[in-house]
Amino acid sequence: MHRIGVFVCHCGTNIAATVDVKAVAEAALNETGVVFSADYQYMCSEAGQTLVQDTIKEHKLTGVVVCSCSPRMHEATFRKAAAKAGLNSYMVEIANIREQCSWIHKDMMSGTEKAVILMRAAVAKVKLNAPLTPGQTPVTKRALVIGGGIAGIQTALDIAEAGFDVDIVEKQPTIGGKMTQIDKTFPTLDCASCILTPKMVDCAQNEKIHIYSYSEVESVTGFVGNFTVKIKRKARYIDEKKCTGCGECIEKCPMKKVPNEFNLGLDNRKAIYIPFAQAVPKVATIDSNYCIKLKTGKCGLCSTVCGAGAIDYTQQDTIIEEKYGAIVAATGYNPINIEKFDEFAYSQSPDVITSLELERLMNAAGPSNGTLVRPSYLSNQHDPEAHPHTIVFVQCVGSRSTECRKGSKEYCSKICCMYTAKHAMLIREKYPDTDVYVFYIDVRTPGKLFDEFYRRAVEQYGVHYIKGMVGKVAPKADGKLNVQASDLISNEQLHIDADLVVLATAIEPDKSARSIGTMLTASMDTNDFFTEAHPKLRPVESPTAGVFLSGVAQGPKDIPETVTQASAAAAKVIGILVKDQLTGNPCVAHSDELMCNGCSACEKVCPYGAITYSDKEFRQPDRTVAIRRVASVNPAVCQGCGACTVACPSGAMDLKGFSNQQIMAEVDAICR
Amino acid sequence: MDKREEILLISGVDPKKCMRCGKCSATCPSYDEMEYHPHQFVYMVETGNIEPLLESKSLYKCLSCFACIERCPRDVEPAKLVEAVRLCAIRQKGANHIKAEDVPELVDEDTPQQLLMSVFRKYSK
Repeated sequence: MHRIGVFVCHCGTNIAATVDVKAVAEAALNETGVVFSADYQYMCSEAGQTLVQDTIKEHKLTGVVVCSCSPRMHEATFRKAAAKAGLNSYMVEIANIREQCSWIHKDMMSGTEKAVILMRAAVAKVKLNAPLTPGQTPVTKRALVIGGGIAGIQTALDIAEAGFDVDIVEKQPTIGGKMTQIDKTFPTLDCASCILTPKMVDCAQNEKIHIYSYSEVESVTGFVGNFTVKIKRKARYIDEKKCTGCGECIEKCPMKKVPNEFNLGLDNRKAIYIPFAQAVPKVATIDSNYCIKLKTGKCGLCSTVCGAGAIDYTQQDTIIEEKYGAIVAATGYNPINIEKFDEFAYSQSPDVITSLELERLMNAAGPSNGTLVRPSYLSNQHDPEAHPHTIVFVQCVGSRSTECRKGSKEYCSKICCMYTAKHAMLIREKYPDTDVYVFYIDVRTPGKLFDEFYRRAVEQYGVHYIKGMVGKVAPKADGKLNVQASDLISNEQLHIDADLVVLATAIEPDKSARSIGTMLTASMDTNDFFTEAHPKLRPVESPTAGVFLSGVAQGPKDIPETVTQASAAAAKVIGILVKDQLTGNPCVAHSDELMCNGCSACEKVCPYGAITYSDKEFRQPDRTVAIRRVASVNPAVCQGCGACTVACPSGAMDLKGFSNQQIMAEVDAICR
Repeated sequence: MDKREEILLISGVDPKKCMRCGKCSATCPSYDEMEYHPHQFVYMVETGNIEPLLESKSLYKCLSCFACIERCPRDVEPAKLVEAVRLCAIRQKGANHIKAEDVPELVDEDTPQQLLMSVFRKYSK
């Protein structure tokens, strides 16, 4: 015998203005099984919840329907209230008469009619609800951070600070990421490596942090609290434990013509290398694409000079397996490839460069030791022509554009306005004889001390900001670059003879993000940025439980924002790791073994790998025993998405709390 | 001293402070009468494009109401620039702003003839 209570919320005027709540409450009493109905100003208020609880006790309710806002808002509230009154939480149903009804209807008649229908569907469903109890799973007290840039470093440091073990997997030979390549940071102009390297050293020295450099995540299985991750340690042909980082091998290596990726190919490195002086771990790596010994079998000079005996040409990639309670994706970004932007002549002239290349040209550890020279004069830096006198910056190259064929991004890359102001200012400070032009569409400087910083570039340092995009850069016979642009404020066409053109290139998520996202079953947007669970209220969580987001992997951001998000992600991870047990979601799939025909359709569609097949013995009607292959669901892994219930051709697979029977009852109630 | 520097010296204005919001022109009561509007004055002085300003009638359309100064969010003081350009025009040596034969055309019922006389004395060489 059902005893259902229906509670209709006014939500102030949010619902009551377009839905006749009293009529809905009255209509509820016509439904069989409904023994009580009421309407109230704010059901979610303390008084509203007390009304629900008192009614449950007084009328001995077996089920509750709350007609209110989306279950995403207050389902948890009413479930808790019901549990306090002694009713199983899963005997509560929400009819969403706000987002899906009052907010989208203008007319009271049709709004009320729809609200009654939605109430009816919820009553039909709750009658088929069964009490559910969530299970408990243990938590592995170790975290994995994928990516060792400033985001990953900060997340790892904060997790370690709380006393938990944390591993960083970094695909490069050193941690540090993009920030190691940056010269100065805005808006304070402090040296990037001076503030970053102490953190890198902290990571190396912290006994709770383990760095897997030159390594990649190979596969991820499991679920929140219990992930199993395979990590590929790429062969660096060096015994990391023995190498002292003395650099003797690098000194002697005869293979000198390897493009140096740390300096973005502006100079060369050896085949055996340490990316930069402050690398962590400070261990050499042999580039197998260029090493003469590895390619031809001859040479071996490095192994003869290595005092520590660390060189091992026979080293192979190895796979290790680790267990983790939570995973943080901090996979970072790269500037986009701008070769298709022919109008800027990037491929035609070495003196057209990206902003990141300019960082290296201005850095003391860069290819010109910090002297700003035209890249075409890098091998001849003392030539009087090497020094650029007129420099043009172009903003929004590849950002805020729908030219997909060129690899453009529709979003604003966010950091370019500020770093361009920084570059322009630093150049005017160091070389007052230069003329610096910045062509912009908008100057976007939201952030603490950001607009003040940009204004300083204009007012104090005399940088010429011109509204309008550069249309064309044409290399001239004398080596200068003719920059053609329109000054939209004076309505003039400009032609500037520039020595150096710097393109503020759009940034995009690192290419590895997509495959890592797939391994983590973490959702991504069309630009391959990881999607957050809620854009405002859950910005560092992936919709996949136990997966968190840090840094530019989630969307363009500057260093302070990245560090903030990194610490936030760490706090979320710690929130999981401190628990001994995690409470699961009881609304999971289960298979009726008697109906299962062993087709594997469910196993194939399950995005979480929660379904396995095994052979089981079944007693036949004729008392013989038959062995059949049937599906079973691991309730700890199942996230309750319901894909398997749709795929199952025999109706064996069903979702607790959302059974086929319940859904059909709702549909019937709506169509009645 | 070039014209740009002279104007900056007279006015005490730093046009680099301008962030090109256009509020000066948006507030200007003489906007419709002007060829170059207040924000253009600021930008043209900044870029050293002074000659067209000196020759433009816009100089004399400014009422010196100072609304632009009052409302500029960056304290650029455009009206002071306009005034400085005006002074520059006046100070141009040998420049003849009004000739004797121009005077009859300006005579009408509203303008005091004494004013025309004084204009002629002041602005002709």
